[in-house]
Amino acid sequence: MVIVHLPGSLVSVAGGAIRLGSSPEKVKEALEALWRIDPGLQNRVLTEQGTLRPHVNVFVGSESIRYTGGLETPLDPDSEIFIIPAVSGGASGLGYDQAW
Amino acid sequence: MALLRHLSPRPGDVLLLVGTSKGAFVLRSGPSRRSWELAGPYFPGRAVYAMAYDDRASRQRLWAAAQSAHFGAVLQWSDDFGRTWTEPENIRFPEGSGRSLRQIWQICLGHPGEPDSLYCGTEPAALFQSKDAGHHWSAVAGLLHHPHQPRWEPGGGGLCLHTILPDPRDPKRTLVAISTGGVYRTDDGGLTWRARNQGIRAPFLPNPHPEFGQCVHKVVQHPARPERLFLQNHWGLYRSDDGGDSWQDVAKGVPSDFGFAMAIHAYAPDTVYIVPIESDEFRCVPEAKLRVYRTRNAGGSWEPLSSGLPQKGAFETILRDGLATDRQDPVGVYFGTRSGKVFASRNEGATWKLVLEGLPPIVCLKTAFVGRAGLSRTRRRPPPVKGRTSKTSRNKRMRAKRAARRA
Repeated sequence: MVIVHLPGSLVSVAGGAIRLGSSPEKVKEALEALWRIDPGLQNRVLTEQGTLRPHVNVFVGSESIRYTGGLETPLDPDSEIFIIPAVSGGASGLGYDQAW
Repeated sequence: MALLRHLSPRPGDVLLLVGTSKGAFVLRSGPSRRSWELAGPYFPGRAVYAMAYDDRASRQRLWAAAQSAHFGAVLQWSDDFGRTWTEPENIRFPEGSGRSLRQIWQICLGHPGEPDSLYCGTEPAALFQSKDAGHHWSAVAGLLHHPHQPRWEPGGGGLCLHTILPDPRDPKRTLVAISTGGVYRTDDGGLTWRARNQGIRAPFLPNPHPEFGQCVHKVVQHPARPERLFLQNHWGLYRSDDGGDSWQDVAKGVPSDFGFAMAIHAYAPDTVYIVPIESDEFRCVPEAKLRVYRTRNAGGSWEPLSSGLPQKGAFETILRDGLATDRQDPVGVYFGTRSGKVFASRNEGATWKLVLEGLPPIVCLKTAFVGRAGLSRTRRRPPPVKGRTSKTSRNKRMRAKRAARRA
């Protein structure tokens, strides 16, 4: 069974780890199953154009999907997916906004 | 997690809605505005560039746009002054537009007579409207697909639509401002938009008088005289007497015509407040003296207001939504700094007091008046008329004091 692990900052939206009842074959399908459980998560992980937010990392096991085919990355029946905020994104309001 | 405090506002209270780079705060005071109680932080760690209070149609609704650098910007409302928050359908750029929401810069109530209408201004620059009190939102197509749009450029804060001014007399007319794009106005309910920048300089371009591309920082309008507008530009202070068709320079007597923030007096259409900034390089108040400037003659002259404000070593910056006025009598004026301080004047700017410090950098400050729950704004007491006799003001103050004691 595919398990999706959520970061602490999204626990209030969903809740820790979610076991997907279906058997997704790709990350994209797993995420779509996740949105069905909690629609509020979609907007936080993907942009409205369907791309992964730049400061959100998704791993299958220990490998980032940015290097394994993105949302098309294949899954095994017992894959574990980790959604993790990137350390690069922690400067809210202090990035180029500093130039105001 | 940061300790969260809540407020229980009462009718007659004044609220300051303070958005910072690391969360939102709400300050509450009684009608006297002598002391302030703090609540928050709401959305700790999120940048809150836009807040609003909607008291139309029996609502008592706080709005906030909380942006996570990781998880994007999310619009939320609270009907219990911050205890719980509801997430409506979020603002989304249409599929195929090639744009994705980065920040919500402004939440604005719609035209009078349309109590369920709201607007949001976003980055990338676009205008979104809700016609059902904020449950659902859609992009205003006439501006989203404007032929100028591909040539708008980001300013220092990004490519943002930060100012929305629905005309209080004409439901078909709305004016918006974009950095950098300039001023645009629709006269047909959003179907078409025309650049309204005649007279506004763009000194950072080879042609300093382009049709569009100006870096407008803020525009204000008085509901009693909507054809008169005041504008703080990226270099330049302007006034329009024809709804934005043309603009005249009114920067006489200010130490710098660069700045971000601008606010208008609630009852005097010719009284405007600004905070000049030294330059677009240094971006601190001139001479390290924190001074608000006020005109009471529509930009004919400006006077510094500094009583109670630090006049030495004040390397402060006030951003475009960091200055606001309330609707009390006398009118209160408030501003928040990038260094996390909130200053307040309860006498129209004559004297100031530091009411709070130590907040994260303040990116927006709005005011709200708490009426009785279930009482729509249109039924509230009429606004005081400027120039009333002192006896009337005294009576009003006494009534307010009695009401505060009863409460």
